[in-house]
Amino acid sequence: MDSLVKKICAGDVRLASRLIRDIEDKLPEAKAKIKKLYAYTGKSFIIGITGAPGAGKSTLTDALIAALRKKNKTVGVLAVDPTSPFTGGAILGDRIRMQRHAEDAGVFVRSLATRGALGGLSHAAGDAIHVMEAMGKDIIIVETVGIGQQEIDIINHAHSVVVVLVPGMGDEIQTMKAGLMEIADVFVVNKANRPGTNQLQTELASMLNLASKNGKGWQPPIVMVGDAFEPGAFAEKIAELERKIEEHHKYLIESGKLTERMHRKAMAEINDALSACLLEPVIQKLASTGELDSFAEKIKSRKADPYTVAEEIAKNYFIRQDKK
Amino acid sequence: MYFSDKTRKASLRLTEEWEKDVQTSLKDNPEQKTRFSTVSDMEIKRLYTPEDIHGINFEKDVGVPGKFPYLRGNQATGYRGRYWTFRMFSGMGSAQDTNRRWHMLLREGQTGLSTAFDFPTLMGYDSDSPKALGEVGKCGVAIDTLEDFLALVEGIPLDEVTTSMTINPPATVLWAMYCAAAQIKGVPLAKIGGTIQNDMLKEFIAQKTFMCPPEPSVKLISDTVEFGAEHVPRWNTISISGYHIREAGSTAVQELAFTLRDGIEYVEDVIRRKKLPVDDFAARLSFFFNSHIDFFEEICKMRAARRMWAKIMRNRFGAKNPRSLWLRFHTQTAGCSLTAQQPYNNVVRTTIEALAAILGGTQSLHTNSLDEVLCLPSEHAVEIALRTQQILAEETGVANTIDPLAGSYFIESLTNEMEEKAWEYIEKIDAMGGMVAAIEKGFPQMEIADAAYKFQHQLEAGEKIMVGVNKYVTDNQHTIPLVEIEERIGEEQIKRLKDIRRKRDSRAVKKSLDDIRNTCKKGDNVMPYCIEAVRNLATLQEICDVYREVYGEYKDPGLF
Amino acid sequence: MPERKIRVMVAKPGLDGHDRGARVLARYFRDAGFEVVYTGCHQTPEQIASAAIQEDVDLVGLSCLSGAHRALFPKVVQLLREKGASDITVIGGGIIPEQDFPMLYEAGIKAIFTPGASLDSIVEWIKTNIKPH
Repeated sequence: MDSLVKKICAGDVRLASRLIRDIEDKLPEAKAKIKKLYAYTGKSFIIGITGAPGAGKSTLTDALIAALRKKNKTVGVLAVDPTSPFTGGAILGDRIRMQRHAEDAGVFVRSLATRGALGGLSHAAGDAIHVMEAMGKDIIIVETVGIGQQEIDIINHAHSVVVVLVPGMGDEIQTMKAGLMEIADVFVVNKANRPGTNQLQTELASMLNLASKNGKGWQPPIVMVGDAFEPGAFAEKIAELERKIEEHHKYLIESGKLTERMHRKAMAEINDALSACLLEPVIQKLASTGELDSFAEKIKSRKADPYTVAEEIAKNYFIRQDKK
Repeated sequence: MYFSDKTRKASLRLTEEWEKDVQTSLKDNPEQKTRFSTVSDMEIKRLYTPEDIHGINFEKDVGVPGKFPYLRGNQATGYRGRYWTFRMFSGMGSAQDTNRRWHMLLREGQTGLSTAFDFPTLMGYDSDSPKALGEVGKCGVAIDTLEDFLALVEGIPLDEVTTSMTINPPATVLWAMYCAAAQIKGVPLAKIGGTIQNDMLKEFIAQKTFMCPPEPSVKLISDTVEFGAEHVPRWNTISISGYHIREAGSTAVQELAFTLRDGIEYVEDVIRRKKLPVDDFAARLSFFFNSHIDFFEEICKMRAARRMWAKIMRNRFGAKNPRSLWLRFHTQTAGCSLTAQQPYNNVVRTTIEALAAILGGTQSLHTNSLDEVLCLPSEHAVEIALRTQQILAEETGVANTIDPLAGSYFIESLTNEMEEKAWEYIEKIDAMGGMVAAIEKGFPQMEIADAAYKFQHQLEAGEKIMVGVNKYVTDNQHTIPLVEIEERIGEEQIKRLKDIRRKRDSRAVKKSLDDIRNTCKKGDNVMPYCIEAVRNLATLQEICDVYREVYGEYKDPGLF
Repeated sequence: MPERKIRVMVAKPGLDGHDRGARVLARYFRDAGFEVVYTGCHQTPEQIASAAIQEDVDLVGLSCLSGAHRALFPKVVQLLREKGASDITVIGGGIIPEQDFPMLYEAGIKAIFTPGASLDSIVEWIKTNIKPH
């Protein structure tokens, strides 16, 4: 076994976090490292947590970590925050709510910035999950950015997706619009002591009924989580959430859906890898030679159209390489 | 305010002429800035005229001191009857160290005490907690048990001097210690007077000294209000504070609005939870404002606050007792306006800010010492700060007449403008379902963070000036002697605490902690049980740990 | 395009909650193009050191206004060393009297910024002194 692989598999946080960073920064050597690690991945159970900003995703994640640790499960968390499109900087603030686990060696929280990715995750999320899998984390929680866009990339990475809603935010409609109804395996109605809770629950239940007319397969349960500040009741609800997620996991295995999802995940990984191995190097090269700019100029002045340009690039790069 | 038609016409005509003159002059001599604004970035006009206050109804909106709407003061006689209380915030090292400083201040003419606790005490940890590492006695006095507290008030006549205690999450415990100390010294609770800050909402909003979540925090506060109304009638059980909101970077209007909205929240909670009639407790609510460097803005803020609170209490809560309508407030000059650079300049800033507080009609005043931006105040620095108040009170004549700036076109107009803007905030928070709900949404926190960020940018851009920081910078620094709290103080404090733990009756401690736990679970008033527990030498943290266990712990949500 | 981004952590050790400066700074760092991890208030040195490693930051900026910096700042440096992360630079800010500078530098704090330091000067310092890992 390669020494890096050995160390990461033994749970070395420093190396793991550095490798995740190399992936984020798209260093060429990162791909090689992931190749070596890949054989040791795929054994963790991956939970996605998504929902609008302010829905309380980080607080739920924090509580889930605590519940899982009680069962001696090791946990990895990837928390995604938005990159400012103006400055390229980001404030990664999700971990604030998880800091009480900072000293627990069984918990590894790593923040990621979106860096322009639009699907609610970061380009590095997939490989960052691989790194945490190789570290042997039993459970990996991926918290999406939650800016309320089309955050559905998570289904390509997670086994179970938890969608978090809050009463009184017009979430029901947002949820449908954003396609979150289709991706949810478990719903959480968070802050369920607020006005509008009953309405949200009713609407959600009726939407779910409509969606599952045939009544077969998994029926996404709704977990009502009250005020995080009533420690007893809150802990009970988190335990219920954890149970529902576990039931879903079992269902995936027993129904054979897990293999379906793994297939989907593999397809997505191929897609990402193709983009990383074919597209990105080409764009990089074009940018470095200045060709990219001159193509843009041509398109801008309508001397060429983007499709013709793309075909020309393809001819020059891929076909030529084929012949080699 | 009424102006005769003749006066108004003359004013309009003259103003028009003046404006023409200005336009002509501007062509050759442009103004120094394109926009003039307060430190809070409120735009200020070139000139205020009768037109700006013509709409004011004198009887309804201004009136006289001692009468609704109390714009001009609560007391009919203002400072001619009695000056504000000279109350210097102080606390350092051990209880004995602080006691010495208190006696010195009283000797030098201070008229009320004000306690600064160290961070472990403020957060409800004992001095030997790992969380207290490096903090014991540093920012104030370390108090773990009633024995420390008795040493703190040694030789202080508790029936004569009023004491303010800046304490929030563990306010029940420290107040219980004060009550127990009085009992031990044979002073009836009905005779002691003072203030506990006990304002948790502003902690969630601004200062971040928190322990339990908002809802149970407010419950504990209502316990103190109820206990005070019944047993300690001279005590101000909440000091609803804008000070820290301002220090966290808010504007003056935000300070005004969030503070008053916090006050509304507390009143609502006591009425709802304790079923007390508003007039039974409202007179014991006090306030605490910041006096920042923008002179007129501060005066107007304080005047507006008085008028707004009177309206709130009368119209919103139907209070009948005039004292319920009074907004009585303590003021501290703005710590965040002081500079570490050229520290002697801080004396000047503090003087201006203190003057604003006096013209704004404060009931009590702390003037910052020139070294407070660097360390705890030295004896010499604190003496200058106290003398500043004494000079303002007794030499300058500013206290000769009540509310001397009333009727000024500018002052009345700015007072109105700030009030209007503050009402907008209050309505917005009402619509969110109140302050607790707004805090959970992060609304006030984000408004303040945005204001702080904006100010910092203005400072970096040189649009706002801090002398010695971004203008008139010099390498030629006059250094000042700094007070240092020795590490040994922490060690000694921990030793004392361990001795007490050994010698006390641990069964009695356990029983009184169990009593507090059961009381919390039942939702009854914790105060009598806290007094019992501290008398049995339960430590501050032991009691606070019970709160944490029953109510849960609040963590910084770190909103951006 | 491969690009090493500067990652920094803004942390508040100790019990004081005066986070105005820390939060303004965190925003300013973001606007300077850094990725900024913020820990929130009331952190122990252990929490800070461990979070810094998990996040693979290049720099930890500590903010303390309570006077506890003499105990807390060196502790963070020491813990990072013990965890094999001495390459993470630690700087500090807050109410820190000049007489404490030597002992803090001695303990491994690389720079100290006190009230009135311009935000640009802090960003400049980082850009000059930090080479991302």
